[in-house]
Amino acid sequence: MANKSELTAPAPSFWRDPDKRAIVYQVVVVAVIGWLLYAIVRNTATNMESQGLASGFGFLTSSAGFGIISTPLVSYSESSSYFTVFLVGLVNTIIVAAVGCLLALILGFLIGIARLSSNWLVQKMATFYIELFRNVPLLLQILFWYSAVLKPLPGPRELHEAGDAVFFSINNRGVIFAEPVGQPGFEFVWYVFFGAIVLTWLLSKWATARQMKTGNQFPVFSAGVLLIFVAPLVAYMYLGQPMEFVPAEMSRFALRGGVTIIPEFVALLLALVIYTAAFIAEIVRAGIQAVSHGQIEAASALGVKPSHRMRLVVVPQAMRVIVPPLTSQFLNLTKNSSLATAIAYPDLFSVFAGTTLNQTGQAVEIMAMTLAVYLTLSLLTSGFMNWYNSRIALVER
Amino acid sequence: MYLAKTVAISAALVASLGLAHADETLDAVKGKGFVQCGVSQGLPGFSNPDDQGDWTGLDVEFCRAMAAAIFNDADAVKFTPLSAKVRFTALTSGEIDVLARNTTWTMSRDSDFGEFVGVNYYDGQGFMVPTSLGVASALELDGAAVCTNTGTTTELNVADFFRANSMDYTVVAFEKADEVVAAYDAGRCDVYTTDRSGLAAQRSKLAKPDDHIVLPEIISKEPLGPLVRHGDSQWGDIARWTLNCMINAEEAGITSANVAEMNTSDDPNIKRILGSDGDLGSKIGLDNTFCANVITSVGNYGESYDRNVGPDTPLKLERGVNALWSDGGLMYAAPQR
Repeated sequence: MANKSELTAPAPSFWRDPDKRAIVYQVVVVAVIGWLLYAIVRNTATNMESQGLASGFGFLTSSAGFGIISTPLVSYSESSSYFTVFLVGLVNTIIVAAVGCLLALILGFLIGIARLSSNWLVQKMATFYIELFRNVPLLLQILFWYSAVLKPLPGPRELHEAGDAVFFSINNRGVIFAEPVGQPGFEFVWYVFFGAIVLTWLLSKWATARQMKTGNQFPVFSAGVLLIFVAPLVAYMYLGQPMEFVPAEMSRFALRGGVTIIPEFVALLLALVIYTAAFIAEIVRAGIQAVSHGQIEAASALGVKPSHRMRLVVVPQAMRVIVPPLTSQFLNLTKNSSLATAIAYPDLFSVFAGTTLNQTGQAVEIMAMTLAVYLTLSLLTSGFMNWYNSRIALVER
Repeated sequence: MYLAKTVAISAALVASLGLAHADETLDAVKGKGFVQCGVSQGLPGFSNPDDQGDWTGLDVEFCRAMAAAIFNDADAVKFTPLSAKVRFTALTSGEIDVLARNTTWTMSRDSDFGEFVGVNYYDGQGFMVPTSLGVASALELDGAAVCTNTGTTTELNVADFFRANSMDYTVVAFEKADEVVAAYDAGRCDVYTTDRSGLAAQRSKLAKPDDHIVLPEIISKEPLGPLVRHGDSQWGDIARWTLNCMINAEEAGITSANVAEMNTSDDPNIKRILGSDGDLGSKIGLDNTFCANVITSVGNYGESYDRNVGPDTPLKLERGVNALWSDGGLMYAAPQR
């Protein structure tokens, strides 16, 4: 029997103790990273100073002096500040990214389901679509759609006489339609619209409760569509159509007034949606195939009808596989929208990190702001998707 | 041991990050053996690769002249094609030594981006429209869509012009000159605007040059010239006096053909220009014969003009305001003495 002093090992030397060693390593790593950051910041500051480059964000208040082709939601003129340019770019980026994500999701879902279709032609066409569009570089597709949208369309002077009032026109300056201007009383149509949304929500809660209690189902979807779309229309008609459509007028060169969707936007959106939808389709296919076949058979055996089988059994389980990679695709689409600069769509990267940078030379500040915007947009998107993912995740009991 | 190595490597990395540009651009250029010159991505007459892939043009020859002044070898130069948007960043970051890219000298650029060393082409902004539009003056362009380059003075001038004349317009701004021309050609806009020399150059590239006219209005002053980074006055002097040398040589009648016999001239001005008398070259860190080297291998300003943009080239630009002051133009270089 050994005595007590032999049982406890002698205290190891400092270097032989893994805990203490780890602390040293961590301190060194933190110090080196801190030093590196310090060196980068100091190096930038020193070099900028030696080249006489002023730093700071004072430039944001000076007037920009250049025109921008499309400035939705933001009032902009040549005398607006560079900060307004920033807002214009931001809004343009968000619009194309948001519309793009939504359309890519819808198209991607349709193609993904078509890829699994038992119809030979549909399935092969979906495969062809995916293989074609995901294997061609995006920039090439953007340029292709731009020239495809632009080149074959006639110019406004070939379509309209000077002085014409035009309600709708597609030409190489974009899609132009009459501007709807709400007359007094039109706000009631909005009230009815929002009221219908609230009513639909209440209806769905009531229907769920009733189904739980009695087992009877209520067609919430059809009723909701009817409420949300038909009720405002009825209100609109009842109020005597309180909206005026102000047409565009043909000037000597182009159409003036009206609402214009510029061809740069159309081309960028087409390219982003078509490209990203090809990837989303594959994600959707993988998600659906990941659901065990036994689940479908079990549902059939229980007498669940095919449409319910897809909606209530397959898709909820597929979503768990689909959502995380889908987030990446949304992020990719948002970041890829910066390729807009190739076709003169005034997104953030083009008008702010491009033109403004060139006119002011404030490279560090402008790049930092642009990076912050893309980072924020991406984090918001992935935050939302993570929240959604945790909501639909498999609940383990 | 491992730890020490890691720290040493990290320290070396940090030290290399901390290196600023060499203070003396001339030493750095001599060290690497060539001048790195920023040029356009293809503007006929100013900087454009020929069918052999060799760069040609007025701006290109200025860079070749600098190489001749420093190395007595006009080929000791490498070209970096730059878009209008990135040109100043390339200069301030040290990627290039000199920027000769049909760049307009303005006060804000001179203070923000670098030091302009002179003017090698006096230009002005104009408008080009299809003949079918039936427009005779830029003042008739109310409501037109205008194609232009982003990140240029052009973009600002056109905004000023339309505002000053209370006219409406839509601007479509591309990053590359080729994209602007393609969009104009496709009918995306009614008007193409840039410097008039650029209009002449791009018009010569269009499928049917005769279907387009350049409107008479000149809406801005565009003195185009090379520039260097701030903070190295010796390097700025080398660029400035290379340009002055080419202009002074034309004024003194020195050409690449007669430079050898001019070397024996008794004219004190010619002797100073060619460096057979005095030590002007060594004051800026070059050989005293730097100007003779420039003229021998590149030629004087007039020769360079005629070869690249003059009446015998596709651009067909008359000397006009770019003639020597003694011929009624604006080209006037400070004397070499």
